[in-house]
Amino acid sequence: MQKTIKILILITFFFILGVFFIGLNKNNNYSTSSLIGKKIPPVNLEYFEGNKFYKEDDLKKNNFTLINFWASWCAPCRAEHPLLVKLSKEKNLTLLGVNFKDKKKQADIFLNDFGNPYDFLAKDEQGKNSVIFGIYGIPESILINKDLIILKKFVGPLSSEDFNSIVEIIN
Amino acid sequence: MKFKLTLIILFLNFSLLYGTEKTVDQNIIYKNLRCLVCQGQSIADSNSDFAQTIKLVVKNLIKDGNTEAEIYLFMADKYGEWIVFKPQLNQHNFILWSLPYLILLIGGLIIYSFFRKSSQK
Repeated sequence: MQKTIKILILITFFFILGVFFIGLNKNNNYSTSSLIGKKIPPVNLEYFEGNKFYKEDDLKKNNFTLINFWASWCAPCRAEHPLLVKLSKEKNLTLLGVNFKDKKKQADIFLNDFGNPYDFLAKDEQGKNSVIFGIYGIPESILINKDLIILKKFVGPLSSEDFNSIVEIIN
Repeated sequence: MKFKLTLIILFLNFSLLYGTEKTVDQNIIYKNLRCLVCQGQSIADSNSDFAQTIKLVVKNLIKDGNTEAEIYLFMADKYGEWIVFKPQLNQHNFILWSLPYLILLIGGLIIYSFFRKSSQK
């Protein structure tokens, strides 16, 4: 009996050790990789100017669409902006900018100063629509195809590598 | 009189049960949702921009008639299981959920056999 108890204690000890070993070595950083390959949720994004709404049909017309969430108050958005301007020259790609929790006046100044790379411009004043896209901070970008399937999701400002991978996918 | 009293008690019990089923407590949901941009804080504890947005969305979902479970499913669908502090039972966390019961069972068996042996002596 005592032998069984000793064995059980040993098994429990090694089990706990194993759980800690696996748990502490696991990367717990939030990842959006689970969204890749899924279809984007129903789109209902308000035009930046006017009371119209962008719907799925507007995005189905484009071969590839990059949905970029940005704001004038967001410093990393300024950092990635030149890359967006470069991407706007790609013929196979449509850029949809979603102005996130921003003031229109400030957003206009931002676009005047740095250039407007967006083919479509929408706004999400309260950030509620962005939650539907799994956005938790800006800038974030989602690359989708004609079938509205998420091909890639970029958390944080776009880098040169991201730029190259987008160009590679769309061509 | 007794019959009437029983009826009243039964009615009150049912209405209470119905009432608790219908009410979704937003604070409980906030406490069970992780703030993804904070260090180990729930949405309830955080004042971050992300937490404020999620609170707004949860309020809207409740207003639209979603249940607590449906709200967790919605959030897990958008941000992954990581956002829920108490994840739903699935094939990945089956061992985690069943382990306490298993340990309780094994412990009970050990105690039972120990007492059985000592009483035999």
